[in-house]
Amino acid sequence: MSFNRYILIYRESDAGVDKNENLFDAFMKELGEKDPSNSVQVVDAVMNGKADPDSTLVKIIPDNIYFKCKDPVDAIKIVDDFIIKNNPVKKLEAAANNIQYRIVLRNCGVIDPENINEYIAREGYSALEKVLFDMTPDEVIAEIKKSGLRGRGGAGFPTGNKWAFTQQAVGDVKYVVCNADEGDPGAYMDRSTLEGDPNSIIEAMAIAGYAVGASKGYIYIRAEYPLAIKRLEIAISQATEMGLMGKNIMGSDFSFEIEIRYGAGAFVCGEETALLASLQGERGMPKPRPPFPAVKGLWGKPTVINNVETLANIPVIIIKGSDWFNRIGTEKSKGTKVFAVTGKVKNSGLVEVPMGTTLRDIIFTVSGGIGNNRKFKAVQTGGPSGGVIPEKFLDTPIDYENLVALGSMMGSGGMIVMDEDDCMVDVNKFYLQFSVDESCGKCAPCRLGGRQLLTYLQDIAKGNGDLKDIDKMKRIGNAMQKASLCGLGQTTSNPIQSALKYFYDEYEEHIVHKKCRAGKCLELLTYTINPEKCSRCGICKRVCPASAISGDRESGFAIDNAVCIKCGECYNRCKFDAIDRG
Amino acid sequence: MTETKMIKAKINDIPVEVPAGTTILDAARKIHVNIPTLCKHPDLNATAGCGICIVKVKGSNKLLRSCCTDISEGMEVTTHDSEIIQVRKTVLELILSNHPDDCLHCGRNTNCELQNLAAHFVIRGVPFHTYKNSLPKDFSTGNIVLVPNKCILCGRCVDVCQNIQNVWALNFVGRGISTRIAPAGDILLADSPCVRCGQCAAHCPTGAIVEYDNTYDVWHALHDKDKYCIVQIAPAVRVAIGEAFGYEPGELLTNKLYAVLKKLGFKTVFDTNFSADVTIIEEATEFVSRFTTGGTLPLITSCCPSWVDFMEKYQIDMIDHFSTCKSPQQMMGALTKTYFAEKEGIDPKKIFMVSIMPCTAKKYEISRTKDMSASGIQDTDAVLTTRELSRMIKQSGIDFKNLPGDDPDHIMGDYSGAGTIFAATGGVMEAAIRTAYHYVTGENLKDVNVEAVRGLKGVKEGVIDIKGTKVKVAVAHGLGNVEYVLNKVKEAKLKGEEPPYHFIEVMACPGGCVGGGGQPYGVTDYLRTERAAGIYKDDVDQEIRCSHDNPMIKKLYQEYLGEPGSKKAHHLLHTHYEPKPVYIK
Amino acid sequence: MSKLNREQFRSLREKLKAVNEQQTEIIVGLGSCGIAAGAARTFDAFQKEIKAKSLTGVVLRRTGCMGLCASEPTVEIKVPGMADIIYGWVTPEVARDIVQKHVMRQILVSNCIQDKTFKDILKEGE
Repeated sequence: MSFNRYILIYRESDAGVDKNENLFDAFMKELGEKDPSNSVQVVDAVMNGKADPDSTLVKIIPDNIYFKCKDPVDAIKIVDDFIIKNNPVKKLEAAANNIQYRIVLRNCGVIDPENINEYIAREGYSALEKVLFDMTPDEVIAEIKKSGLRGRGGAGFPTGNKWAFTQQAVGDVKYVVCNADEGDPGAYMDRSTLEGDPNSIIEAMAIAGYAVGASKGYIYIRAEYPLAIKRLEIAISQATEMGLMGKNIMGSDFSFEIEIRYGAGAFVCGEETALLASLQGERGMPKPRPPFPAVKGLWGKPTVINNVETLANIPVIIIKGSDWFNRIGTEKSKGTKVFAVTGKVKNSGLVEVPMGTTLRDIIFTVSGGIGNNRKFKAVQTGGPSGGVIPEKFLDTPIDYENLVALGSMMGSGGMIVMDEDDCMVDVNKFYLQFSVDESCGKCAPCRLGGRQLLTYLQDIAKGNGDLKDIDKMKRIGNAMQKASLCGLGQTTSNPIQSALKYFYDEYEEHIVHKKCRAGKCLELLTYTINPEKCSRCGICKRVCPASAISGDRESGFAIDNAVCIKCGECYNRCKFDAIDRG
Repeated sequence: MTETKMIKAKINDIPVEVPAGTTILDAARKIHVNIPTLCKHPDLNATAGCGICIVKVKGSNKLLRSCCTDISEGMEVTTHDSEIIQVRKTVLELILSNHPDDCLHCGRNTNCELQNLAAHFVIRGVPFHTYKNSLPKDFSTGNIVLVPNKCILCGRCVDVCQNIQNVWALNFVGRGISTRIAPAGDILLADSPCVRCGQCAAHCPTGAIVEYDNTYDVWHALHDKDKYCIVQIAPAVRVAIGEAFGYEPGELLTNKLYAVLKKLGFKTVFDTNFSADVTIIEEATEFVSRFTTGGTLPLITSCCPSWVDFMEKYQIDMIDHFSTCKSPQQMMGALTKTYFAEKEGIDPKKIFMVSIMPCTAKKYEISRTKDMSASGIQDTDAVLTTRELSRMIKQSGIDFKNLPGDDPDHIMGDYSGAGTIFAATGGVMEAAIRTAYHYVTGENLKDVNVEAVRGLKGVKEGVIDIKGTKVKVAVAHGLGNVEYVLNKVKEAKLKGEEPPYHFIEVMACPGGCVGGGGQPYGVTDYLRTERAAGIYKDDVDQEIRCSHDNPMIKKLYQEYLGEPGSKKAHHLLHTHYEPKPVYIK
Repeated sequence: MSKLNREQFRSLREKLKAVNEQQTEIIVGLGSCGIAAGAARTFDAFQKEIKAKSLTGVVLRRTGCMGLCASEPTVEIKVPGMADIIYGWVTPEVARDIVQKHVMRQILVSNCIQDKTFKDILKEGE
């Protein structure tokens, strides 16, 4: 028995194998009749994206053709016409779901990150070779400028300009720093890139060094990323051993060495001036800019700081040219963006799509949409510095400017998807808590404003809020945006400001009606026993840790909400669904 | 040198032209527009912490911090409008939400930058939540008190301690709302590298760092019938005390000070300027002896107790270079309880010796080593800073402005111009040169003014021609400037070369004692210059300009000490130094 | 290894680019995410199974994250003459199944085939 063709029948990841049973049977039956040599295997497969509700996606390999089957009849047609007679079945053909486009992640999941040869086999270090022997530093910078690449760390500053400023700055010594201090909740793009393709970052740093006139680079990476650190170390040592790093690279006049420095996990150290302070062994606190690091950076020397994802683009731009890169993306935002899509999507994962892809495509087409039969509520982009984006803006093409216009931002690429079970006040509280914990404490608006906002949110979540609090929060948020020193403080209030814009009714419900529709704000929940359903078994009374349930089997049971600590134990333990939560 | 480019811009529609590199804040001050700030101090780098000095710049949708944004060509700045004021007020309310409301009990009451700003912004309550800290005060040094609850984290003390003074005693500790200023590792200040210069307190905008107040110790002594209270006033006090009473900075008020101290109840009033003259006699003798007999050079001055502490912690290989002379305060203390006590037949144990100093470290110096009890008991009993004295005068109800002047007690109250210039950076050097010249040549300098060592330049270098012999000198003020000078010395030593200097003066505080950590608040280079000008005027006004010409000094040596550098002089007027750990476990 | 000059680098690259079409590859995603989901055990299971079945011409390789976080551990199988297939949720049992069916008999393993939704940009236009 040997197969030469395969029919893959796709289902969504949370659907059972029996979902496509009829279609499966139809294929098997038809093949049994028409393919006596038994050369075709029919097999179940899982799709990442969202399935069309009316049809099932089928893929034939090795032909790599997709079909949409609405009916078992379609299976017969595919077997008869396509498999047996090799005739196209245009009517049923479907487009492949390949909206992902992997530039940054080109080698992730493809090569062995601990073997430099595999990187070289995929054009690795060819970009470095090209710039060292065939391009002047000015040409390299011109190429990066022309590509339109913008910083992927969040703010989107044009990378070529950054390099040009550093190149033009006066200084005997210059540095290249890779910002690998990824710290947004839910973001792990940089970690995956470093773990999957460490050489691309090293190569890009050397290219940057050649362009700006630096011979030393530092990678500032979180100590919490041990595997990424290990793989970077291996990559640096292999590259150095082969003469692709270190003195006189590939026999040229250019020398470049890289040192890894560990961050202790302070979020604010992702801010470039704080990062440099930490790198120098000082307390990681932002400093006023200007002077910009390009002019006065590490140890007072001109320094170019690029984020991991930005750097990962560089070798490809050099090899394939700025014109090629420039064709990808939107007018102002070129290339692709990697997102770590997490939260309530069916298939969380790393997604790299061209700029200009819609949020809907990322969340639904690529990541399968919301599971558990729940509805999409909002997506938070930009981590704690971003905002929530509601359903009505899901068709917005993603680029730096569009996200800012929606009250959020690109950020580093964390994308947390929320459904109806998420409460906006609770989500805001989570991000505020994060920002408050991570505030360095230097600047008054951030240090104190953040704490104030968090206290107001805690009050609202407990049912102690007042509508006037919203005005105060807006006032504080505005002062923080306007008067904070660094991006952390300037953006701390973004999640709240956007939630107040798009989900004001939820805030109002918490404050006025003392209700949390998602059931996340425990203090606002009340538990009652429904006497119709209650069988008077008494388990609720026995499990209640606060002795809030009184009564006996004779008279029935009741919950005293003044005593209740909202732990939900009775609700979870009742076998008769007799406890109402609301 | 290339000429600095001039920048033309507009602030509130008023044209302004300033050199490139001027901040918006400074440019605005130039056209008399005052942008409020709680963290920027003219002496210091912009820490950009408070968020009060924000302004609008045309074309930018953010508000920018004027303290750290350079004005650029064609910039159009708005410093005050209703939106900016509203944001400033909100930020101020946020700061106050984390600040105690106990102005009445505060060391900075009526003299606090935060209080002033709150008054201007008509703050009548904090409309938000309040978070009051309850952190303990740190009294450990006995002279500088940390009151962390009142700290607004402007970072001035950290900047002055690290970057101006190079001491690194203070740092930011903790994160976010828990951030506070403390010695690294959260240890006590006394166990930290702190040298007690008090520049942190001098720059603090609130009552978070203050001097340890000894005024009531002095009141008690004054009312104790068994005590014979004597006071000495340091050179720098006379040109600064007036600021507390509405005088122009630099106004010389020596005789009023003598008078007010007598009114307060001191039986005898001496002048530290006299003991400064003694210091010069001893130190010039020491210098000439080392210079002519091949002793360890350069000689480094030792009258600043913070500098002594700094050297004992950070520059222990320089101990041999230190002058063994005590400071004028300690010489005065020792001589009062010996020479004066014997002469007047007073039991030295009954003498309560108070000194009025521009300095917080002087409080530490009086018990620095056993040498500070040369008379057998502690030579100086209490130290009040200029600030404390001004408060004591106000408590006493004396009308300082209308008080007629008086004279000191002449036996140790008459001084030369050389004694008074100790107050300014370079003064000790200049005074020593005047006398050293005399010791070497037997003549006085034709022009006693040594301009090369005056002024606020951080390091001043000069060559003094003593009839053909070239004496190379250096003066550093602000401990951060010491490294440059000492590194040159150490380099020469390593290479086996001639020392680059023969004589070095160091004062811990920028500007010398006129800018001391105990002087009236608000010190800037303007104030330092004005106060120094008052001192140099005092010098010129003296008939006698050189210590060795002071007849009362001659008398002291004739009657009591014998020769300069005699055994008795050594016992009373000299000390020794020991290496100390930077951190005490 | 001695340091490469430009020419040596170029010739090494060309040598490395020549893919061995005749070998079967089992590629296990060993990023932090995969390891956390048990990919190291999966890797071991493949190793043991290859040994147990005395397979030759089968190379077991490691790679980084394939991006399919929800389906970790993920494994890609390349068998000469067959299309490349990515499997998700590859536990040690599934690993053994994959060796016995897919690698040894070219039978796909049901229930865990994933869709590869992106092209290789380096092979664009080829």
